[in-house]
Amino acid sequence: MSETLIPAADRPEKPQDGGPARRPPRSASLWSDAWYDLRRRPLFIGSAALITVLIAMAAFPRLFSSVNPFDAATCRLEDTRLGMGAAHWFGTDNLGCDVYARTIHGARNSIVVGVSTTAVTALVGGMLGLIAGFTGGALDTLVSRLAEIFFAIPSILGALLILAVFRTGNVWTVMLAMAVLTWPMTYRIMRAAVITARSQDYVLAARALGASAWRIMSRHILPNAIAPVIVVATINLGYFIAAEAGLSFLGVGLRSPDISWGLMISDARERFLEAPWALLFPAAFLSVTVLAFIMLGDAVRDALDPKLR
Amino acid sequence: MGRYIIRRLLQAIPVLLGATLLIYAVVFALPGDPIAALAGEKRIDPNIVAILREQYHLNDPFLVQYWYYITGLVGGDFGTTFSGVGVDEIIAGKFQVTINLAVTALVLEAVIGVGLGLFAALRRGRASDSLILASTLVLISVPTLVTGFVLQLLLGVKLKQAGVDLFPVAGISAGWRSYLLPGFVLAGMSIAYLTRLTRNSLVEIMRADYIRTAVAKGLPRSRVIGRHALRNALIPLITYLGADLGTLMGGAVITETIFNLPGIGGQLFSSVYLREQPVVVGIVTVLVLIYILANLVVDLLYAVLDPRIRYE
Repeated sequence: MSETLIPAADRPEKPQDGGPARRPPRSASLWSDAWYDLRRRPLFIGSAALITVLIAMAAFPRLFSSVNPFDAATCRLEDTRLGMGAAHWFGTDNLGCDVYARTIHGARNSIVVGVSTTAVTALVGGMLGLIAGFTGGALDTLVSRLAEIFFAIPSILGALLILAVFRTGNVWTVMLAMAVLTWPMTYRIMRAAVITARSQDYVLAARALGASAWRIMSRHILPNAIAPVIVVATINLGYFIAAEAGLSFLGVGLRSPDISWGLMISDARERFLEAPWALLFPAAFLSVTVLAFIMLGDAVRDALDPKLR
Repeated sequence: MGRYIIRRLLQAIPVLLGATLLIYAVVFALPGDPIAALAGEKRIDPNIVAILREQYHLNDPFLVQYWYYITGLVGGDFGTTFSGVGVDEIIAGKFQVTINLAVTALVLEAVIGVGLGLFAALRRGRASDSLILASTLVLISVPTLVTGFVLQLLLGVKLKQAGVDLFPVAGISAGWRSYLLPGFVLAGMSIAYLTRLTRNSLVEIMRADYIRTAVAKGLPRSRVIGRHALRNALIPLITYLGADLGTLMGGAVITETIFNLPGIGGQLFSSVYLREQPVVVGIVTVLVLIYILANLVVDLLYAVLDPRIRYE
């Protein structure tokens, strides 16, 4: 099951030695070495198992709950703020809706926002970092200044502003608002790694052999500079999920009838003392999800960069 | 040194201009008419509208409006809101609250983070070290949204019911005590990072030759750790703390909402909906300035902590 999470880290290794390494590799690449290391790490196994469950929850919420929270008929006002019990495992909220079903269905938005924001920032920041770091000169100066400007703007407040312009909060506007302000993080890391790789002997050799700039970038520099970006992207995924909940909590992220853990927390806060379960269950799911991705990031970092251990 | 500071400040100008322009443009793009928002449901005299639009340069193109704003800002004028109140008056009080909160968080972070990190490093590999490392992972992962409400319930409400009224649940009426709980909540993630950073940097330093020398020449353990190890470990910690001040202030909005603190977060929120451009841009400008200055101070502190570093 846990294999589903690995392709990103596993892929670059395959063209070199044909098949996945089963034995402790003698002259292994960074990737097969990292993969070998990861499979033995309890932190990785634990987080991968958690993430698998969460992804299943996001993809097939019906497997976990027979109640459809988008159907208004399932909320009964006479059942307002019922405690935990057999009919409602996690109790009911202020409108008499089943907290368990809503919590399960909330996983999808969180994960979609987290994954899409991570993908966009990694792609945009990574591409810009690769090009700016490789070409240097005026382009590098320009993009780096631009990154500095975006980096100086506080990201939650900035995202709040951008979302106020959109007026509608949905998964994609939230993703965009966060990505616009956070791409400089990946950019900086990619650029630094590319600049280190640029002056290595193998790059000079490729250049001397007449390889094109595109070929040097894609075949020589990228595979050697991408590890830190993957590490930061995995850790950031957790933060993006937390940030989405925060923005939805503030009322500028996802809005009802969309289901978001942040929104559920915000709705439940007024009657927190009477019905703490309506707040604590989505809060617990949110925390466990963020924890799972950060644990994964920690494990990947330990495997890819043993110096940081 | 003086030239270095001047160069750094000059470098900050494009960042500041770019950031304010960006924010100005975003607020410019906000839907709705600020003058109409001023009048609420009532019909407003078109002559008054015309005068107000003229007064606030609303008929000018975007860049001209920005130019008016930025020239005023250089002269120390943050502008006025559409209801005629000076922006500096509005944001000064709000910033006071947010600064109090951020500084409380920073102090808690430094004391708890360095303390735990030191403790873990000195007991490396033992159970207490593993326990601290595991709890930092949890502290990093639990969003402020969650810690805020849980601690509010446990320490603010349950503890009060048990007779210990230490932490006010909301508002700032109890003086510095009001900031303790929100400050801890805001600092949560940073505490965990600082603990890890302190531990890792100390563990590395304890293996250094000069530590072995210090031990070998018979220095007491407290002096080895205090003067030799900790001082050298301070550089990454100071960097982190300095950069964190800006992050804490910018990220305080959720904590402020949970604990009902009248800081810049709430002000920004209401100003966004009233389309008060000068207030929104003013708040972000000050935050960007704090971020830039904090980073400069950190860079200058390097030279104090490590005499090998010199600035030209």
